Amino acid sequence: MLHLIVFLIFGAVCVAGAVNLVVQTHPINSALSLVVVMGSLAVEYLLLGAEFVAAVQVIVYAGAIMVLFVFVIMLLNAGEEEHTKGSHVAWLLGVPGLLIGGVLIAWVLISRSATRTVEIGALPGPPKIIGWLLFHDFLLPFEVTSILVLIAIMGAVVLAAKPVSAKKEI
Amino acid sequence: MVPLSYYLILGGILFACGVAGFLVKRNIITIFMSIELMLNGVNLTFVAFAAQWQSLSGQIFVFFVMVVAAAEAAVGLAIIIAVYRTRETLNVDHVNLLKL
Repeated sequence: MLHLIVFLIFGAVCVAGAVNLVVQTHPINSALSLVVVMGSLAVEYLLLGAEFVAAVQVIVYAGAIMVLFVFVIMLLNAGEEEHTKGSHVAWLLGVPGLLIGGVLIAWVLISRSATRTVEIGALPGPPKIIGWLLFHDFLLPFEVTSILVLIAIMGAVVLAAKPVSAKKEI
Repeated sequence: MVPLSYYLILGGILFACGVAGFLVKRNIITIFMSIELMLNGVNLTFVAFAAQWQSLSGQIFVFFVMVVAAAEAAVGLAIIIAVYRTRETLNVDHVNLLKL
């Protein structure tokens, strides 16, 4: 029962943050509500017994990636979003369609699926076992992602660096 | 004791919010954050299914998704900086031509 209450509280915070991200017009407000979403998602991971994922969620997502976002927003001095004309048909069809689809999917998930309950700490997810898995069963994907990150770093440096012609003018 | 379907519905709501933000927002940075929101919704379903089937592979997948998201954020934000440098705008409606 306590788990359900904690789940509902942080699920509500999560959904509120996600809706706030879409509703806010200033990018910095959207970024901060995304931090709220990620923080409450970390609690949901803890409820599922995934301690390692929860820690990585806070460190990598809420820490590193969001710092990058906020840094770019500050660097580019992003202001209020300009509104442009959208079609009314999209609103007329999209919102009811979204609601109907969402209710249908939720109904199917709740009524048809044989839902077992997940207890806290039911999953053996300590970092030791995950590290063992990463370096034995998933060694090749792990190394491939390290190369991917290396390429991403080089790509980011190349893309964000000033063009060569601009440097010569200075 | 939380049913699995609740986690799936929460993940679905997050994903739907991400899709809506991606389609509605006009600021390129906010669109990028909507993509991160979608990735988070998928991550939640991964972890929920991992707990359901007592398998750690789902958590390993979440790890890889996070690594890819970090790489994507680095490259994407670099692209945003490059776009801003050449066009002086963050509105995607003004960035609709490949040629300057």
